[in-house]
Amino acid sequence: MKKPRLAVDLGPNLVLKNPVVTASGTFGFGLEYAPFGDLALLGAVVIKSVTRHPRRGNPPPRLVETPAGVLNSIGLENPGVEKVVKEILPALRATGEVTVIGSVAGETVEEYVEVSCRLAEAGVAALELNLSCPNVKAGTLFGHDPRLAAQVTRAVREALGDGFPFLVKLGVVGNDFLAVARAVVEAGATGLSLINTLPGLAVDVKRRKLLLGQGTGGLSGPAIRPVALWAVWRAYRELRVPIIGMGGVAGVEDVLAFLLCGARAVAVGSGTLAFPRLAWELVEGLEQALAKEGVEDVRELIGMVAGS
Amino acid sequence: MIHEAEILSQRRLAPDIYRLELFAPRVAEQAQPGQFLMVRTSISLDPFLRRPLSVNAVDRRRGAVALLYRVVGRGTRLLAERKLGKRLNVVGPLGRGFTVPLSGPVVLVAGGLGIAPLFFLAEVCRQRGNEVILFYGARSQEELVLRRELESLGIKVFWATDDGSLGERGTVVELLKKKGLPPAAPVYAAGPPPMLKALAAALKDMGREAEFSLEERMGCGVGACRGCAVKVREGKDFVYRRVCADGPVFKAGEVVWE
Ligand SMILES: Cc1cc2nc3c(=O)[nH]c(=O)nc-3n(C[C@H](O)[C@H](O)[C@H](O)COP(=O)(O)OP(=O)(O)OC[C@H]3O[C@@H](n4cnc5c(N)ncnc54)[C@H](O)[C@@H]3O)c2cc1C
Ligand SMILES: Cc1cc2nc3c(=O)[nH]c(=O)nc-3n(C[C@H](O)[C@H](O)[C@H](O)COP(=O)(O)O)c2cc1C
Ligand code: FES
Repeated sequence: MKKPRLAVDLGPNLVLKNPVVTASGTFGFGLEYAPFGDLALLGAVVIKSVTRHPRRGNPPPRLVETPAGVLNSIGLENPGVEKVVKEILPALRATGEVTVIGSVAGETVEEYVEVSCRLAEAGVAALELNLSCPNVKAGTLFGHDPRLAAQVTRAVREALGDGFPFLVKLGVVGNDFLAVARAVVEAGATGLSLINTLPGLAVDVKRRKLLLGQGTGGLSGPAIRPVALWAVWRAYRELRVPIIGMGGVAGVEDVLAFLLCGARAVAVGSGTLAFPRLAWELVEGLEQALAKEGVEDVRELIGMVAGS
Repeated sequence: MIHEAEILSQRRLAPDIYRLELFAPRVAEQAQPGQFLMVRTSISLDPFLRRPLSVNAVDRRRGAVALLYRVVGRGTRLLAERKLGKRLNVVGPLGRGFTVPLSGPVVLVAGGLGIAPLFFLAEVCRQRGNEVILFYGARSQEELVLRRELESLGIKVFWATDDGSLGERGTVVELLKKKGLPPAAPVYAAGPPPMLKALAAALKDMGREAEFSLEERMGCGVGACRGCAVKVREGKDFVYRRVCADGPVFKAGEVVWE
């Protein structure tokens, strides 16, 4: 049987060896999972969102389980861009030929631009602008307003120059996410990452208070998969841009479903928490599934159920 | 690090407390007292996350690893239903365990299921020749588990129960205050947060250093998701550390109790 081709591109300047990547925040900076497999075998490692200064994150409890999902309010805990660039990325690169995608968060346009530039200079293959973290005060400010989203996207595009690949990561709650998606694409984003967690909360009924230390959180895992598939499908139909699809991926069928809806790559998030080797297993499983069905090139599947 | 471990035995020690033995030679080889495993309690996606359980004992000769747990919810209930001979998917050993001096006496303080990691610690200390003094408290006699095993280790045990059905009536911390501690012996503790908080205060008054094994809800268990934060003093300020990767064992004095 011929080996199927797994490589996909996310725009003209970014080719991934396969469509399976990690979802920001669920895979640390990659190093935490190096004991479980060769990071270079993954399509890309998308690192935890990075801000200009270190952030210590939200008060505990930060994470609770929900039916087939996870509710988290980590609050963008990260060591700040300086340490990421000087210590963490070099250590990650020392593990092998890893394709690294940086994730950027911020509270101002200037912060997004500065962190994006520093990560790009440090040699990441691409960037993801997280405009949709529900767990910090300014987290969804940009992602809910087409004008602000376009403003930050344009500023980052101008700073990075024309060719540099970057995607904008959005949730789907708030104003019509398509309006935001369209605005960032017009403002120069290479593509989209869909979706971030959905807002949610849990109640400690016994103590009569909200369970998460921060009060509210973001829902992820298989529980949100249909919403995520819908968002990818909608965005693909409307905009035809490169999309990294994510939300509840737990098996090869889920990867196929996202590809069929129009994702060019698929990120594994909460699934990794439950199954540390999931991303690697999905690369192998995808290859086997395509070979079995006689699909020679994974790109044949992309958008197949999204009509024309 | 991921093991499909056969269930060698599963025993009910008290109405809600079980001890389960796994065949996991690599874990038995590597595990240190205070470390834990991330256990898949279900064979489906629900419950979705793994459950952290301390290594309770290892038998390197047989490649066996024991877990001791209380049924408190869905995950642990499913675990109690898992059958002999079937396999359990576990990740580990994980985390940073206790640091024990090479010689001299050590004091262990266990509240309830806090005995899970401290039993392992007591065993290792005995093998190394440390003198071990254990303060062990639970709700009732029935819930003071592993009594015979503890006594056969040749250690000194002070028992406490809330209802006075065995040993001293009252909390293990009150008992410890009453009995006092041998000079210079380091203290190791595990148990519910209110007990640890009270113990931390008592030890501070006595000017004693201690190591506590802490618990927090976990996602990954390997330091990646930052879900398991515990507040730790840093100078005049505080930071959050990861229970799974920076702990679960922390210095008692550095923890900020809420
Ligand atoms: C490092 C570590 C080691 C542990 N070792 C042991 C052990 O050896 N033996 C043992 O019996 N238990 C141990 N625990 C606790 C054990 O992990 C939980 O009891 C278990 O996850 C509960 O799962 P469940 O599905 O049965 O309960 P769930 O349905 O998840 O929860 C039952 C109830 O407990 C609450 N709860 C669950 N986890 C926590 C938590 N971490 N903090 C506060 N409340 C919580 C839930 O909100 C709910 O009210 C350990 C925990 C950690 C972090
Ligand atoms: C614990 C946790 C932390 C996360 N941190 C980030 C983050 O820092 N930046 C980001 O863009 N998304 C973050 N996310 C969202 C995920 O990247 C992903 O978009 C979302 O979880 C949906 O995918 P999943 O269902 O596969 O987890 C986080 C999710 C979880 C569960
Ligand atoms: S549980 Fe994920 S960092 Fe500790």
